[in-house]
Parts: sequence; C-alpha cells; structure tokens
Amino acid sequence: MPDKKQDLIDQSLQDLNNDGVDRRGFLKCMAWAGTGLVWTMSGGIPVSRAFAKDSKKDAAKGADFSFVQISDSHIGFNKPANPDVTATLQTAINKINAMPHTPDFIIHTGDLSQLSKPSEFDTLDQVLKGASAKDIYFVPGEHDMLSDNGEQYLQRYGKGTKGTGWSSFDHKGVHFVGLVNVANLKAGGMGSLGHEQLEWLEDDLKGQSASTPIVLFAHIPLWTIYPDWGWGTDDSEQALSYVKRFGSVTVLNGHIHQIMQKIEGKVSFHTAMSTAFPQPAPGTAPSAGPMKVPAEQLQQVLGITDVNYVVSGRSLAIVDSPLGASGASASGNGGDVWR
Amino acid sequence: MKSKNVWVASLIAPVMIAMLLLVAGSPSVRATDHSSAAVATVKIDNFVFGPQTLTVPVGTTVTWTNSDDIPHTSVSTEGVFKSKVLDTDEKFSYTFTKAGTYPYYCTIHPKMTGKVVVE
Repeated sequence: MPDKKQDLIDQSLQDLNNDGVDRRGFLKCMAWAGTGLVWTMSGGIPVSRAFAKDSKKDAAKGADFSFVQISDSHIGFNKPANPDVTATLQTAINKINAMPHTPDFIIHTGDLSQLSKPSEFDTLDQVLKGASAKDIYFVPGEHDMLSDNGEQYLQRYGKGTKGTGWSSFDHKGVHFVGLVNVANLKAGGMGSLGHEQLEWLEDDLKGQSASTPIVLFAHIPLWTIYPDWGWGTDDSEQALSYVKRFGSVTVLNGHIHQIMQKIEGKVSFHTAMSTAFPQPAPGTAPSAGPMKVPAEQLQQVLGITDVNYVVSGRSLAIVDSPLGASGASASGNGGDVWR
Repeated sequence: MKSKNVWVASLIAPVMIAMLLLVAGSPSVRATDHSSAAVATVKIDNFVFGPQTLTVPVGTTVTWTNSDDIPHTSVSTEGVFKSKVLDTDEKFSYTFTKAGTYPYYCTIHPKMTGKVVVE
C-alpha cells in the first residue's frame, strides 16, 4: 500500500513539474483528502512522502514539538451537510487526545461559530475544554464577527491581541503570527488585512532573524485560490513581501474546508479541512456552499492538521488526518491533485 | 353565499387591476404613490443576489430572502440600509423613498454584490 501511494505521489509531483507551473522548480500544488501526506520543508526544498496509517508514530518521532491546527467548526450549523457539528468537533478533539504525542498547543483558524451567538461560543468552549493541549490560539473567521464587529469574539478569544484580533508569539524558536483577514471587508473584494495590520506585521517581523522559522496563520487563504468565490486575500502579497527574507515560512489557513497546498520558494501554503462540513473544489459547484456527502463519507472529508517541527533541520512536517479512522485510502476522494 | 362572493370578486378584480395600471402609468400621480404597497423581492441563492440589478419605482419595499445554507447580509455600500445577519430563510425589507442607485453587498462574502435602481 505505501509503495503504491508513493508511486502516485511521485507521479503527481512529476506531472506538476512538467506542467510549466513551477517557475523555480519548487511550486507544487497538491490536495489530498481522505488520506495523509507529509510535507517536510528543509532549506527551501520540499520533500513529500506518503503517510501510511501505521507510520503515524514516526511523524512525531524526532520532532522537537508539534501543534495541531483545527478549523471551521461552525458550531450552530445544523443543515443536512452535517446536522451535528458539535459531535464532529468532539471527534476531532478525541483524535488529538489519542495522538501518541501531546501537541504543545492548538491553533484554531476561525469560523468557530456559525452565527457568532454566545451559545455557540459556549458550546465550542465546552468541547475544547476536553482537549489534551491546554493552550489554544485563535484567529476569527467571518462567521465569528457577524453582528457586533467581533466584540463577542474579541472578549472571549482575543485577550492580549491587537486591532481586530491579530497577535504573535514565540514557541521554542519558532515565531507564530495570527492574522485577521475577515474584518472590514470591502464590496466586491476578497479577504483583507488592512493597512494598520500590515504595518504592525512589518514591525513585528523586523526583530526576527532570517533563520527563525515563521508560521503565519489566518482564516481566509493568504494566497489566491479562487477569486470568483473570494478565496484569497486582496493585500496578502504585501504581507508575504515581509517574510521574503526568512528561510522557512509556513502559512496555515482555513475557510475553504478542504486541503490545498502550494510550495513556492521558501514559503509553504496549506489549508486545513473543516471539522464541520466539506466545501466543493473551486469551480466544481454553482457556489461555495456546504457540500453534501453521504453520511458514511462525512468523516473522510473532515479532519485535523498535525504540524511537527524539527529544530535541527528547521523543518515543519504537516500531516492532515481525516476524522474517520480508515482514511488512508490511496485513491482519496477523487480530488487528489489540485492543478 | 360563497360562490356569489367569488363571482363578484372575479368580476371586480380585473377592473381594479386595470385601474391600478392606469394610475401607475400616469406620471402626475406618481408622487402620491408612496403609500401604495409596491413590493419587490431579491432572492439570495448560491451566493448570488437575484436579480443583481433590480429596478423599482420610488416607494417600493424590497425584501431580501436568504435561500442559502450559509448566512448572508444585505448592506448598502453607502450606508443607506443594513440588514442584520440573515440565516437560512430569513428576510430583510427596506422601503426606497428616494430615486437613485443603491449598490449593496454581503459583508460576510463581499464578492456578492447587487444594486437597486429606484426611478
């Protein structure tokens, strides 16, 4: 099985290498759902390998620390795509708790709630309380800032943050920056960071040495995936210009409820699965609304993202795991390779 | 009794509609039209406002209905009107009392835009 999958990936990478997309030979786009894939970043050269079910323990082995990204819990959503999003969030937390290594912390990349209701945030808190990792960092999604300009969100999850909820912190030699690109959105536009936040970001990164690994996380992708559906951030290029001098940059996003990856130069982009419901691949449906899948398939398209960091190689390995236990199918869900 | 009422109504209705059409067609009485219950609807479906451009006479009450599984808003770009967050099947209405063009968008999904032209 692993060999077969490795072949598939090698072939995919080769296809991507030959399609004229890769300006520097490093640009690769892959999306695997229902299976696991490890991306290791080392000195700007991405290496990928299949991630078989029974090799999960290896991922954390030798890593100096790990953290988990969860996203798009949409607590309060109750439509047919997933009538019980609290249960699937609980499954995600159970999965984190069952990891052979306890992650140092959890990052939630937004859309905690469906309608920014206090009761929805209460339910979320209740479920997250049971996580083995006690430190949880948040950035808001557009669903968390619906009716009160994010006041409720900021009170609960934005303590010590600036502006509409952005902040940075250091952990074991890695510099993490949580950005907000869902506030004050302009008609006709996509996600937006805004002038004030960009200035803060430039200033925040100034003090970091170029060898410090940088992790940027935000709700809406910081790279343009599909403008027609607003899947991108209007002023992300300016933000990314500030990280150009760094040797290792990892960008973690949510919002699109599916895995997409792009590695360009020293910057590795990654979007996470939702814990609530899947969304269609870009342009494959009339709109980005929730995608309905048969109940037995739901757990294969929801999931969590485990990130392992190795100090010596200053590399980050990203592993996506579906909630369903038997997700390591080589065929994936038919949307395996993006582009 | 019942059948007689229906018969009377069916006789009167076309006459009334004809009269309304006459009134609407006469520009001189348009200004007093404000109180008449002109209504129009915008349906939010698949992340699109439909119709994207709606043209209505002054005094029309426009009602937006969200038919998506995802919440949306209808907010005037120029601050003229602002809906609350509309969850599935929720509605928002605004009465346009002045002629003009009113662009609006969904503040949650700003790619969604539309306009109401009031004549």
